Amino acid sequence: MRELMGIINLEHERDVLNELTYYRCGAAVPFASRYRLIDFVMSNMMHAGIQDIALFVRRKYRSLMDHLGEGRPWDMHRKRGGLFILPPDWNDETDVSAGELRHIYNNLDFFERGAAKYIVHSGSQHISTVDLNEVYEYHLEQGADVTLVYTRVDKPRDEHRSCTHLDVNEDGIVTDIHYEHKHDGVYMELFVMEKSLFLEMADHCIAHGGSNFFRDAIMRNRHKLNIAGYEYRGYHAVINSLESYYRTSMNLLNPTAYNSLFRKQSVHTKIKYEVPAKYLNSADVSNALVANGCQIDGEVKNSILFRGVQVKRGASIHNSIIMQKCVIGENVRLENVILDKDVIISRDHKLQGDFRKPFVIAKDISI
Amino acid sequence: MKKKDVVAMLLAGGQGKRLKGLTKTLAKPAVYFGGTYRIIDFPLSNCSHSGIDTVGVLTQYEPLVLHSYIGVGSDWDMDRLNGGVFVLPPHEREDGTTWYRGTADAIFRNLKFIDQYDPEHVLILSGDHIYKMDYDRMLAYHKEKDADCTISVIEVSLDEAKRFGMVNTDENYRIYEFEEKPAQPKSTTASMGVYLFRWKLLRSYLLQNAELPGTSHDFGKDILPNMLDDGKTLYAYPFDGYWKDVGTIQSLWEANMDLLSEKPKLDLNDPLWRIYTRNPNQPAEYISPTAVVRNSMINEGCTVCGEVEHSVLFYGVEIGEGSVITDSVIMPKVRIGSHVRIHRAIVTEDMVIEDHTTIGPPPEDPSQIVLVSGNDEDVLKLLQSSSSHINQG
Repeated sequence: MRELMGIINLEHERDVLNELTYYRCGAAVPFASRYRLIDFVMSNMMHAGIQDIALFVRRKYRSLMDHLGEGRPWDMHRKRGGLFILPPDWNDETDVSAGELRHIYNNLDFFERGAAKYIVHSGSQHISTVDLNEVYEYHLEQGADVTLVYTRVDKPRDEHRSCTHLDVNEDGIVTDIHYEHKHDGVYMELFVMEKSLFLEMADHCIAHGGSNFFRDAIMRNRHKLNIAGYEYRGYHAVINSLESYYRTSMNLLNPTAYNSLFRKQSVHTKIKYEVPAKYLNSADVSNALVANGCQIDGEVKNSILFRGVQVKRGASIHNSIIMQKCVIGENVRLENVILDKDVIISRDHKLQGDFRKPFVIAKDISI
Repeated sequence: MKKKDVVAMLLAGGQGKRLKGLTKTLAKPAVYFGGTYRIIDFPLSNCSHSGIDTVGVLTQYEPLVLHSYIGVGSDWDMDRLNGGVFVLPPHEREDGTTWYRGTADAIFRNLKFIDQYDPEHVLILSGDHIYKMDYDRMLAYHKEKDADCTISVIEVSLDEAKRFGMVNTDENYRIYEFEEKPAQPKSTTASMGVYLFRWKLLRSYLLQNAELPGTSHDFGKDILPNMLDDGKTLYAYPFDGYWKDVGTIQSLWEANMDLLSEKPKLDLNDPLWRIYTRNPNQPAEYISPTAVVRNSMINEGCTVCGEVEHSVLFYGVEIGEGSVITDSVIMPKVRIGSHVRIHRAIVTEDMVIEDHTTIGPPPEDPSQIVLVSGNDEDVLKLLQSSSSHINQG
């Protein structure tokens, strides 16, 4: 939709997934057999027909750039607009902006060139299938200054503690924004507002020494602004720790979760042209997600295999996540482990973690 | 346009009548193979890896699927500034001719397309075969032999020889005779339908052939024998990799089954020679706690709750609990209910197989391969009266 432009702001997403974020930012972490976390917000924007996306990145973005390319898998390789990956390239000596506002100040051209009147501002840690057009329609109906997207969680978990929480009244108006960690209204780091107001507020923030748009422009002014809350009811997960990454991944082995994330709409990712997975004579696979390019001749239970993983005869993999192109040698035993890309475990090794604290091996390591 | 050393012309207009229901609404090169591919992915990927960036695809029979599938060719890295992939359906001309009358006629009718690139050589390919081949090496051989025409050949059994264009050569691979589907083959060297010609020479033969009434305007029947008669230098280029003509239900099934051995002769997992294809954007396949999967190939987007043994599943197939699939090929988005038994069958795209259905060859002919096609009314009737044996050759 030409009325909306997307901003994916990774500035204040900390690289909290330990070994998995040694060499890449959180948004580029592989997830669910064949995706990267950023694919979900990219796909949501694609399904809403958004044709301009700015991606504000700060650190460890090489693997992210490699993954996104010119944005073709999300139909973002457009003549006008398309995907702009905007790392810091800040040369204005009169620049007084700070924090994430520097991204806005230094990329005003992006906002001005785009034809869209409204912006969708998102992070990458909240995984959902939210319909951004519906949020936009809701925003217009409510006549709000800004619409924040939230979801209600039955049982707040550890990962929800560090989220921002919203009080929303029956009319869908946000009455308070706070960090009460047991509160059920979890803000999904996703808002819609008019572009001109966004830029005006950002400008004001910069002039008054602000550094975080949400905190300094929206939260501080929550009693002055007309803030609507859009309640999202579909699949939701937030990945902001290794434990939440592991639990969210494993939860996809539950068909209800899998279907609600993948069957509502397609999720797009970089295409690899791998051959379909091959199950050999000694394969014993149950309750598993398997991507193309895998060759399985061992046991795989309650586990997730990414593209191109080889499981040799006699190996057994339980409750584990094995990323791209790992090789699991003969008679290897793995339980509660996460192997990053290109890890090679040679024959007869045993690795075990705990169900709550999986054992993680960083990429490119051979054992 | 920029001059090209070689331009490829891919003959993709064939119906493939012997594939029956599979080609009722699409041309043979668009038929599915190997869990995710269409046959045409093989020659297109071969071109891409061989450094051939200008390919004309000649379509005629039921071209809709093929045209939309190829698109601008970006999946095969064929969306190029200079060259690229061009779909060339027959078109009406001033003299009133419309349809392609034969393989040679199809090329003749696209002389202007080829002339744009003023190529030294033209590579003629067919969209009917499964194989991985480096055409660049064949081109080097063709140049080294200083041949007018080079034909890629493969050894087949004496029995198969009757189905192919057979090539008789001297010990230096120089061809002295060409026989199209001989009743009594003299050799076991078969043409693979891959020809390299010097363009200037082929061009003159095509012009000449177009004027001749009563010929079949065919490479195998007309052009190649004519060149031999005129004493032109034709060489055979021996190829010893995997090559399969998937012209029948039986051979299509066999080619799929060939992929299931531990080390298949056709290695689709070679990172340096990927077979490119349109990606259907499916999530990883889900193998449920009740599933058993062995000796099989399964594509993304599948949900397997039953047993799959020695079978190929394309993307988005669902298999319910208690169902057993053996020695079968299940094409995209087929939904199979629970307690279904499928043996030695090819089930085509989008079919729905109800619970408790049994599909397999008839007891009197257990080696038969059953085709379950949505285009076949007899099959649909049989499926509606479930738990019957469906057999249809």
